[in-house]
Amino acid sequence: MDMRVLILAKEDHQSRAATPPTPQEMAEFQKFNEELVKAGVVIGDGRLYPSSQGKRLRFDGKKRTIIDGPFAETKELVAGYWLWQVRSMDEAMEWLKRAPFDAGTYEIRQIFEMEGM
Amino acid sequence: MPEKPGAWLMGTAKHRAIDLVRRRQTLERKEEEIGRAIERAHEGIDLDAAIEEEVGDDLLGLIFMACHPVLSKDARVALTLRVLGGLTTEEIARAFLVPVSTIAQRIVRAKRTLTEAHVRFELPGGQERVARLASVLEVIYLIFNEGYSATAGEDWVRPALCAEALRLGRVLAELVPSEPEVHGLVALMEIQASRLRARIGPSGEPVLLLDQDRARWDRLLIRRGLSALQRAESLGGVMGPYALQAAIAACHARAPAAADTDWSRIVALYDAVAQLVDSPVVELNRAVAVGMAFGPTAGLDLVDELVQEPSLQGYHLLWAVRGDLLRKLGRCEEARIEFERAASLTRNAVERKLLHKRASECAAEGMAG
Repeated sequence: MDMRVLILAKEDHQSRAATPPTPQEMAEFQKFNEELVKAGVVIGDGRLYPSSQGKRLRFDGKKRTIIDGPFAETKELVAGYWLWQVRSMDEAMEWLKRAPFDAGTYEIRQIFEMEGM
Repeated sequence: MPEKPGAWLMGTAKHRAIDLVRRRQTLERKEEEIGRAIERAHEGIDLDAAIEEEVGDDLLGLIFMACHPVLSKDARVALTLRVLGGLTTEEIARAFLVPVSTIAQRIVRAKRTLTEAHVRFELPGGQERVARLASVLEVIYLIFNEGYSATAGEDWVRPALCAEALRLGRVLAELVPSEPEVHGLVALMEIQASRLRARIGPSGEPVLLLDQDRARWDRLLIRRGLSALQRAESLGGVMGPYALQAAIAACHARAPAAADTDWSRIVALYDAVAQLVDSPVVELNRAVAVGMAFGPTAGLDLVDELVQEPSLQGYHLLWAVRGDLLRKLGRCEEARIEFERAASLTRNAVERKLLHKRASECAAEGMAG
């Protein structure tokens, strides 16, 4: 049965999210992403602006607190995401292991869905 | 990906070309498979060896082979799911509600037919290519449809088949990006699949398009579908039947509520489909759209012409559509009879139940009126 997984690209350092990858890194990534698209795995993706441009909203009862980025206290920040359609968690892991990354943590989470798609 | 993705792909996953790393096999097992494949290749000519030698890393060639016109439709579907979808024989049998032995035989026989017919791996050109591609698209859409509205059995939908067909379509679209109809088919399947969640009610009963809760439609699939449709349109030329049907599906997808549906555009699009495809089923769909755009009387006039059509006699939806139009005209007793007739013709249990329900609603309305 097919499932959808969300891959969260977490980057350890604040600065990394704002540092553009080298052209070489970019090319390698694009090649990998292309393979995924060709295999019908990728159904969505996106990269996020650095957290300095983000905001947080904290809920506490009726109270709402706005926190402006950057979120310096957070160790791992989500910098991008992928949405994949795969058969199993194992398949997602197999694919991800082949990614040309040399740093960062990538979290794979299955998307909760009702019976079916 | 490894250095030679093509070789890696065909070597490890001959039987599941698209499947790539699916199916959790370990590296060791992959190496074993390669070993066995090499042994087989030395043993003599069989399809596997032929694929090894001739197809190389060409996935498209493999797709063309599995959907070769020398094979029956059933054989094409089974072989495609097995060779390209990586489904096991058991999974295919379960999906089509037939014994495992039937599917196994179908696949063996299909391979034999290909060998005996000396089907060479080839990438046809010109008119031949158009015809062969049409066969591939047909197989993919057959698989999708069997998942989308199962013709038999207890479940109305089998999403696994839809997912498989969608994947095949998406892969094919990347392999032949310049073919508008491939994008048309992908668009059609993406948009139809976006409604999968909404078209089944709490107790597994079908929910018809216009009654669906549109908030439950999958926006991501709709977006993908609309962009695939745009891709098909941007390639220019006359729109093919899949792209046109996708355009019809897009009319529904774009309407925030059922009442906002642009029915006159749908009628125009069905007119265009009817010019390309001579099919009473298309005519029936067109009649439904006409009924919505110009009133039930106009729709019923068209349906009544189709009632004479021999190929539609056993088609339950003809009678269901007729019942629906009669009911809108307040002709409840006639409507009830048509719904009962439709119920007796469908092989799908859930659909039958829904048709019986509509028949009894008509009976109640008739009494009230």
